Amino acid sequence: MPRREMGGWGWTAGVVASAVVWWLVYGQLIPVSEWLTALFPVARHSHTGEAIAFFFYDVPKVMLLLTLIVFAMGVVRTWFSPEKTRALLSGKREGAGNVMSAGLGVVTPFCSCSAVPLFIGFVSAGVPLGITFSFLIAAPMVNEVALVLLFGLVGWKVAATYLAFGLFIAIVAGWIIGRLHLEGWLQDWVRDIHSGASAPTAIADDKLAVADRYRAGIEAVREIFARVWVWIILGIGMGALIHGYVPEDLMVQIMGADAWWSVPAAVILGIPMYTNAAGVIPIVEALLGKGAALGTVLAFMMSVIALSLPEMIILRQVLKLRLIAVFIGVVGGGILMVGYLFNLIF
Amino acid sequence: MVKIVKVYGPGCKRCDAAEGMVKAAAAKLGIEVAVEKVSDMAQIAMAGVMSTPGIAVDGKLVHTGGLPDARKLEEWLL
Repeated sequence: MPRREMGGWGWTAGVVASAVVWWLVYGQLIPVSEWLTALFPVARHSHTGEAIAFFFYDVPKVMLLLTLIVFAMGVVRTWFSPEKTRALLSGKREGAGNVMSAGLGVVTPFCSCSAVPLFIGFVSAGVPLGITFSFLIAAPMVNEVALVLLFGLVGWKVAATYLAFGLFIAIVAGWIIGRLHLEGWLQDWVRDIHSGASAPTAIADDKLAVADRYRAGIEAVREIFARVWVWIILGIGMGALIHGYVPEDLMVQIMGADAWWSVPAAVILGIPMYTNAAGVIPIVEALLGKGAALGTVLAFMMSVIALSLPEMIILRQVLKLRLIAVFIGVVGGGILMVGYLFNLIF
Repeated sequence: MVKIVKVYGPGCKRCDAAEGMVKAAAAKLGIEVAVEKVSDMAQIAMAGVMSTPGIAVDGKLVHTGGLPDARKLEEWLL
């Protein structure tokens, strides 16, 4: 079909043109933010001036980075689906299976609202429990929004570290849960589906045109922005305030590397807090700037994202309380370890 | 004949949107449909839906995950 081919080329040309525009706009961030800050009747190097400049530089920067990466991931995800991932993982051995599962968790489209059907879909098709958990831990924790924000606000080293240790925790925690053989701690009705029905057949995976993949990317950008823009502005606003006003000694005392209790405190504090990466990372950046220890701050962030109370309540439908406790224990333990490790190294 | 369309989803925003799309498409095509929303997790899982919303027409699963394409939705309903 020549017409469709043309459409694909047209789309690609459009995407390339947009990328060029993106690059040009990105280069103008500092002059524009300084210009905006100068409009306010405050001294540039006062607390307020610093806070305003921080806000006007970081908000557009993060938005631009998000647009780019979320679009790219949206396009990449059109090659993956939960059904394909399940087929790849079913009957896999522990170990290698956990590694694969955590990796697929990053690229497979996932929304925490369908965590339960996905969980059942995996387990009922013979994906081992521990491998399913590796997926369920990695999918929300290691996501492009978190990575972009870390990269944009804190730097690539911390972003890469987060990626590596997020995957590490997902792999190891899933492996441990698998070794414990806790299949009996699933809710009974889940086990019945497990032993009874065969895996339902997936929908025929029709071939997508290039234009459809780009469209999926745009759709992803729209959706993520609709969900996170408020958080980004609130988060960066909070971060700006911390930047401008919170005294450094206070932060070093509370969240510095010398306070041994700060890591567990950060993990526990993070569990009931429910926000997404977009809200928490600007705060993380500001805390780091004020002398909070990297490990403590990363532990807090991982805990907020990976161990959320609402998700536990959703998972309660398929897991018995004991299994949820093990899940929190193992993942929380991993985060704790990462926190201490980082405070030690950096 | 009335077509039975099931929309699977635990009640997220996109599930409501998908339901609206089904109704709009049916109205446009002049087809009578009975739309049923399924929010029970066990039923969603047993229908083979792993990412919501999922749509089934007369017992056949036609779509899972995200909002359906409006053009394709009309094809499924016909």
